[in-house]
Amino acid sequence: MIMHHHIFELGFVIVLVLFNSWGDLLMARSMRRVGDVDALRTRAGIIGVIRAVLSTPLFYAALLCMAAGYFSLLTALSRLDLSVVIPAVSSITYLTTLLGARFFLREHLDLRRWAAGLVVLCGVILLALD
Amino acid sequence: MVKPEHVYSMNARRYLVLLIVVIGSTLGDAFLSRGMKQLGEITFSRWDDLLLAISNPWVAGGTLLLVLFFTSYLSALSWADLSYIMPATAFGNVLTGLIARFALHERIPVTRWAGIFLITAGVGFIARGPSLTVKRTKHISASGEQPCKGEP
Repeated sequence: MIMHHHIFELGFVIVLVLFNSWGDLLMARSMRRVGDVDALRTRAGIIGVIRAVLSTPLFYAALLCMAAGYFSLLTALSRLDLSVVIPAVSSITYLTTLLGARFFLREHLDLRRWAAGLVVLCGVILLALD
Repeated sequence: MVKPEHVYSMNARRYLVLLIVVIGSTLGDAFLSRGMKQLGEITFSRWDDLLLAISNPWVAGGTLLLVLFFTSYLSALSWADLSYIMPATAFGNVLTGLIARFALHERIPVTRWAGIFLITAGVGFIARGPSLTVKRTKHISASGEQPCKGEP
């Protein structure tokens, strides 16, 4: 029974990590396609910004991932202990998203970014441990 | 392949947007968690309870805060790298810790203080670097036309 419960928790963590990471990565890519919204707003107004975002197909894929992550989180929160799920999900998601930013989004992570990213990751893991 | 340009795209208003991202997601999660605890367990056979959850004031308030977070987050992603914004969002953990210590008067173990210190140091470190390193695509036109991918 206890074993069952842990498998259930683990499943939730994996599902949440996948949805959260891909939601962020796809959303970052779709907003890069839209371009700087502040510059866009000066040219086209807030309606122009909304139209540009809504006409980017990738935005909907990202939204779907984020919505799935959100509803999985709601379900997880109602039946699992918040202090177990959130830190585990946030630390693993942090690592997978950082790797995704480098290899999927092809952001240029210089030494400063890597160092800062890893320092923050250690901090997130430390918070997850207690 | 062209080497990506490094852009320092931040200004005071944009730091404020990042602050809204952090506060919106942290408080939003806290509100949601409180509301969902009041509602009790949701089973797969009664999944429609999820749709009714929004009528709980804590869940509604939390959702509103998350909408605020979401619009600020989209804006931030449009002018900064994801790997630049991520440490900032992790700063929400620091906020949670400070609320627990000073508002809820919880005892904070030394490992958690160490975690809070590391995240703060990482955020301070990254904030001094460039905020955008990927090649910008051509600006989308007001008519919503897709930007061209290849350079002329």
